[in-house]
Amino acid sequence: MIESILYPILILSGMGLLFGVGLALAYKKYEVKVDPKVENVREVLPGANCGACGYPGCDGFASAVVSGEASPSGCPVGGVRVTEAISEILGVEVDIGEELIAKVLCQGGKDKAKDKFIYVGVEDCVAASMLSNGPKSCSYGCLGLGSCVEACQFDAIHINERGIAQVDEDRCTACGKCIDACPKGLIEMVPKKSLVHVICMSKDRGKDVRQYCDIGCIACQICVKACKFDAIEIKNNVAKIDYSKCTNCMVCAEKCPTNAIYANFERRKIAHIDAKKCIGCTICSQNCSFDAIEGERKVKHMVVDEKCTGCGICASKCPTDAITMRDR
Amino acid sequence: MEYFNKLILLFVSSALINNIVLSRTIAICPFLGVSKRVDTSLGMGMAVMFVIALSSVITYAVHYAILVPLEIEYMQVIAFILVIATLVQLIEMIIQKTSPTLYSALGVYLPLITTNCAVLGVAIMNIQEEYDLIQTLVNGIGVSLGFTLAIVLFAGIRERLELADIPEHLEGVPIALITAGLMSVAFMGFQGLIK
Repeated sequence: MIESILYPILILSGMGLLFGVGLALAYKKYEVKVDPKVENVREVLPGANCGACGYPGCDGFASAVVSGEASPSGCPVGGVRVTEAISEILGVEVDIGEELIAKVLCQGGKDKAKDKFIYVGVEDCVAASMLSNGPKSCSYGCLGLGSCVEACQFDAIHINERGIAQVDEDRCTACGKCIDACPKGLIEMVPKKSLVHVICMSKDRGKDVRQYCDIGCIACQICVKACKFDAIEIKNNVAKIDYSKCTNCMVCAEKCPTNAIYANFERRKIAHIDAKKCIGCTICSQNCSFDAIEGERKVKHMVVDEKCTGCGICASKCPTDAITMRDR
Repeated sequence: MEYFNKLILLFVSSALINNIVLSRTIAICPFLGVSKRVDTSLGMGMAVMFVIALSSVITYAVHYAILVPLEIEYMQVIAFILVIATLVQLIEMIIQKTSPTLYSALGVYLPLITTNCAVLGVAIMNIQEEYDLIQTLVNGIGVSLGFTLAIVLFAGIRERLELADIPEHLEGVPIALITAGLMSVAFMGFQGLIK
């Protein structure tokens, strides 16, 4: 009785052992030396195999980086941490690209933008948008059915209580999957450190936008005029911020009549002059676009708190590094 | 002499008449997967041939030397899979060492030979048909040659299809499946070869 169980087990494990040893010996003979860098790079990668880098999985990216085909900063998911780790392994200097984050460019939630019909169907933005551009009267608006939520592998997008997709900044890895998923093309990559965004994509004329949404961009040009740094222009009836010029002064967001420009005012900075270092050269007050620095020549300067917008121009111009940008 | 004739018949039968892919519809996965280019499909065919030829002999030995005396023939599938998996690993190592291009071209389909139905199919068929060792070997080589022939022909057609003007909704896999079906019909012509 016991043999009928014992024999198969013994035979099969014996065969397994024999083949295993055989393979181990063969491996010694036919060993292919893999560049140890590839393995090291592979280890620091996130391992999500999301394909956002354009290579088949993290293994593919690792060998592409080591062979010099891909840039060490090519993994959008890992961000700065991974880029630094890879460049350390490869012993090369990389200028770390700006950290990006996905942003849903619509604020027209249930309370702000009108619906033109009640949609009862497949809970999917692509399906809904096929039906006369979706239930929202603004054909550029977020439908809030969650195609991007499905696409996100990092649980970084959720539909908020107003029925609009919202990106969780801490979780977003800028992999770009949501951008492809959104049938309206509402999601864009923006620099993580930018605090001011035009949260509207409507290319309709201002008059039309006003009719269906309380918080859309009406292309009124007020922000363009308000911006001291030429960072905003109106293109196709919608304001666009040039992030390379934007200083996060947030003046545009203050002036915007419809609040289509959103700024995180809580994170607005303020200039602070170190009295010990200030030599009273007046360069800062000359460069300030908002007359927020007062002070006579050769006298210590003072920042007028109410006027300072935290743009940081003064700090960059100060010859003695006396100005620091601080949180309010 | 009669035995020799029998071997030739067996070979023709396993390679053409009962072609493993087009007549028995076994091993469709690599047939569709690695048939985009003639040279990679030839490489795949060669790899499969090597695995089938070796595995049919080894499984024959395992069956008659180990399983039958101990009366544990019911362990056939597990034991055979063990043999095949080992062989595939070995092949993978050899190919990676000798031809990195073929290795990357075969990609995931190389380890998939492990679960290639043709390999296990031939091994089990040999036992069922009660072939002797030489017949086993001939059958193995015949089947794998048939597989190589089918996949190389198919790859040749698909290379031409790349350039052909195909209706949009038929591009890619659909037209490949239609092609495979037509090839299968063509191979039915061999049915009358042996009376």
